[in-house]
Amino acid sequence: MRNKLATESLFALSQPGRRGAEFPAADVPERPLSELIPASALADKPTGLPEVTESDVIRHFVNLSTLNMCVDTHFYPLGSCTMKYNPKRHERLASLPGIVDLHPYQNQSDLQGMLGMLYEMQEMLAEIAGLPAVSLQPAAGAQGEFTALLTAKAYFEDRGEKRTKVLFPNSAHGTNPASAAIAGFDCVQLASSKEGLVDLEDLKAHLDDQTAVFMVTNPNTLGLFEKDIKQIAQMVHDVGGLVYIDGANMNAILGYTRPGDFGGDMMHFNVHKTFTGPHGAGGPGSGPIAVRDFLADFLPGPVIHFHPDADETDQYTLETPAKSIGRVRSFYGNIGILVRGYCYLRTLGAPGLKAVSENAVLNANYLKALLKDVLPVPNGDLCMHEFVASASKSKAANGITAMDIAKRLLDFGFHAPTVYFPLVVPEAIMVEPTETESKETLDAFAETIIKILKEDPEFLHQAPHSTIVQRPDEVVAARNPILQCCEPQ
Amino acid sequence: MPYIFNTPEQQQEMLKTIGVDSLEALFATIPSELRLDRPLEIPPALTEMELQAHVSRLAAKNVGPTSRVCMQGGGAYDHFIPAAVDEIARRGEFYTAYTPYQAEASQGSLQTFFEFQSLICRLTGMDVSNASLYEGGTCVSEAAFMAMRVTNRHNRVVLLGSLHPEYQQVVETYLTHLNCEVVVVPCVDGAADPAAVDAAMNEETACLVIQHPNFFGTLEEAEQLTEIAHKYGALSVVSYDPISLGILKRPGDYGADIAIAEGQSLGTPLQFGGPYLGLFSCSEKFVRRMPGRLIGQTVDRNGKRCYVLNLQAREQHIRRDKATSNICSNQGLIAIRAAVYLSLLGKQGIREVAELSCQKAHYAAEQLAMVEGIELLFPERSFFKEFAVSCSEGADYLLRKARQAGFDLGPELSRFDYKNASDQFQTGVLVAITEQRTRSEIDQLVTALKA
Repeated sequence: MRNKLATESLFALSQPGRRGAEFPAADVPERPLSELIPASALADKPTGLPEVTESDVIRHFVNLSTLNMCVDTHFYPLGSCTMKYNPKRHERLASLPGIVDLHPYQNQSDLQGMLGMLYEMQEMLAEIAGLPAVSLQPAAGAQGEFTALLTAKAYFEDRGEKRTKVLFPNSAHGTNPASAAIAGFDCVQLASSKEGLVDLEDLKAHLDDQTAVFMVTNPNTLGLFEKDIKQIAQMVHDVGGLVYIDGANMNAILGYTRPGDFGGDMMHFNVHKTFTGPHGAGGPGSGPIAVRDFLADFLPGPVIHFHPDADETDQYTLETPAKSIGRVRSFYGNIGILVRGYCYLRTLGAPGLKAVSENAVLNANYLKALLKDVLPVPNGDLCMHEFVASASKSKAANGITAMDIAKRLLDFGFHAPTVYFPLVVPEAIMVEPTETESKETLDAFAETIIKILKEDPEFLHQAPHSTIVQRPDEVVAARNPILQCCEPQ
Repeated sequence: MPYIFNTPEQQQEMLKTIGVDSLEALFATIPSELRLDRPLEIPPALTEMELQAHVSRLAAKNVGPTSRVCMQGGGAYDHFIPAAVDEIARRGEFYTAYTPYQAEASQGSLQTFFEFQSLICRLTGMDVSNASLYEGGTCVSEAAFMAMRVTNRHNRVVLLGSLHPEYQQVVETYLTHLNCEVVVVPCVDGAADPAAVDAAMNEETACLVIQHPNFFGTLEEAEQLTEIAHKYGALSVVSYDPISLGILKRPGDYGADIAIAEGQSLGTPLQFGGPYLGLFSCSEKFVRRMPGRLIGQTVDRNGKRCYVLNLQAREQHIRRDKATSNICSNQGLIAIRAAVYLSLLGKQGIREVAELSCQKAHYAAEQLAMVEGIELLFPERSFFKEFAVSCSEGADYLLRKARQAGFDLGPELSRFDYKNASDQFQTGVLVAITEQRTRSEIDQLVTALKA
């Protein structure tokens, strides 16, 4: 069934003289290129791009695409990633003329529909966050973190304070410390409590007048709501610091509680997760941030303002906040992803969003209950939208690791959960089923794991057995990196 | 409720298995005083049919290329996108997949990104390309960070004043708070003055950032400027226009250390400024200092050729605060678009698109310069597909008149905040001509402006 020829290297398909695209002859009087461009700037040889036909290209990439698992074809319970269904209407609407073809430097009066939509998006995100000021610019969650940290830095400097430290728990996403480092802060990693929550004692020990920001994911990466978050925020505020909420796990709390209401001063959304972006094999994402009113003046520009009394052609304008930190990217944001997020929010409305979180949390707890005897969850009785189980028990008993289970699941047609993250749980298996899966799927997944744990450990160490490739050698890849095709040009 | 499977009966059954008696009880760990005691105030839900009508109405309020011919540039261009690009990018197997961490389940994405990297290397003449960054502006700050690590010079970078002004702002946002001085060499007449650049460089400088063709569309002496950077032990960072490499010398051919670009022109629609595509490539010797994901070729346990995420020890999920960048999500799907686009065009197609754009732009410049009151802003400079004009009646007048005739020009240079800018910038307007524009469109514009 598989067309192996078509998935050979693209460059191996190349034949001199083949064409995949043709263009009309010039309809203007042509001049020799050497009259237009100095000889020193002109290439003396053609690029080494391949020569293939359109049907070569289609057959190659279509066949390659079938080597992927994806949400459209498989259950994809990747913890921390919120792999929910991506509605098809979003793809159609984001491609409408008047949306997909707008140039970023068009006249503002010609963009009122787009700016109006983005303004409404700002308003909806502010309401969901409980934080009034929004910047749509950040290209992804990590850039949202960085942008918010710079916003905080500018705020402190404006007050004549120089604060140097950013604190975060050891269960944090890697982007938290990485963003704090490029924002020029010293990183302080805190311990977690026995319950898998922020350790209040350790937090207290590290809070001082040098604390700029405490970054926390809530629900945290163990899928647990930080029940002491109000007190935590108070402790941070008491030393004059700000609280940043990593919004990666917003899927658990939509309409139930809001970062602004539980003490957060700043947060980012992952539109590609919570509002079903989609993920695009790694991106593009979109990471808008929401902040408290006293931080609004420092946001990157431009933001969208609404002037209800103006003429219909001038109601929405792009404005740079008074004390803006500047730009964090060119143009205005990953608009195509924001449009999809907008469509999602307008499809669900308030009751729909609440139902999303209810069913995401229900599915996670149900799956956790089905697996509790074979894959115990060290922390928490009830989880939120995801849970982190540990394969320590099976590893001790017969050597079956989290990796073995993850790889073997592929043979049964399930994408693997996230493994070995967060780092605080040994042999971590992080499962996020999302609300867009059925009980039948969850039952089948749990049965499969139970079956896998009864298999021969040696057989599992070699898994997967049915996939197109099996356990690629990452050590070989890193030792002598081959990063581009080696066919001759 | 859209997209939710559980029926009320199933919900009850599941709650029973969990051992709680209501959905509400699942949220017990959220203290009651933190609960929102009212519904979110967002607009009511719409069915698919209503949503489509609503979004279509908003779209119709925008004036787009259906009624306006796009001759706008400034880092985003209206190049033709073959249907096959959309066809591949709309495959759910690509756009509903995650980052290819799980190699066995992601060979499609991995091989495609590996080929993307290969195509970018062949386009630029560079040794190594990553699998994408966000967009053209953050590519510059990532390149500066990398240059600082490579040279161990952390306090100074030099940018040409002809670099896209928004990219300059991005670099300032990213670097100035780290006590890194961002020196901008003023651009007086459309391209850098090598003597002024030489004077701005010193042995504390991590890199020189060159845009070629530059923001005004003008060609820079990229090779000479690269030599100047190297004279001071700094890296040469070149921001290029990927389409231009169909006819222009490649950054790898003249010694650039890091080549970066806004890759939107490679098959991605304008979509109001994003998502676009950051292209990032460099010399092999810097590979372990690179930001972003890298896909590598390897073998599996049966010796079969396959692909994996490579050198992950550079990245935030492993190295945390010591990572080469904080980037996690990249622009995967847009990189796939670029891979399909470059495959379709191939050696010959990229040359044709570049040459057509260049020929038509020169025709347009020649014709516009014959309109009374319009002059080329930098008549002595060579350009590729974009050029600046000034209008004696002011930029607004020119833009308005063009709009009334059905043409969008721009951006106007007064839109940006230039340091040390001369007055001429206040009246300047950029005009970009791609292969899609026709002689008759250009003639119509000129006729309308003459009237």
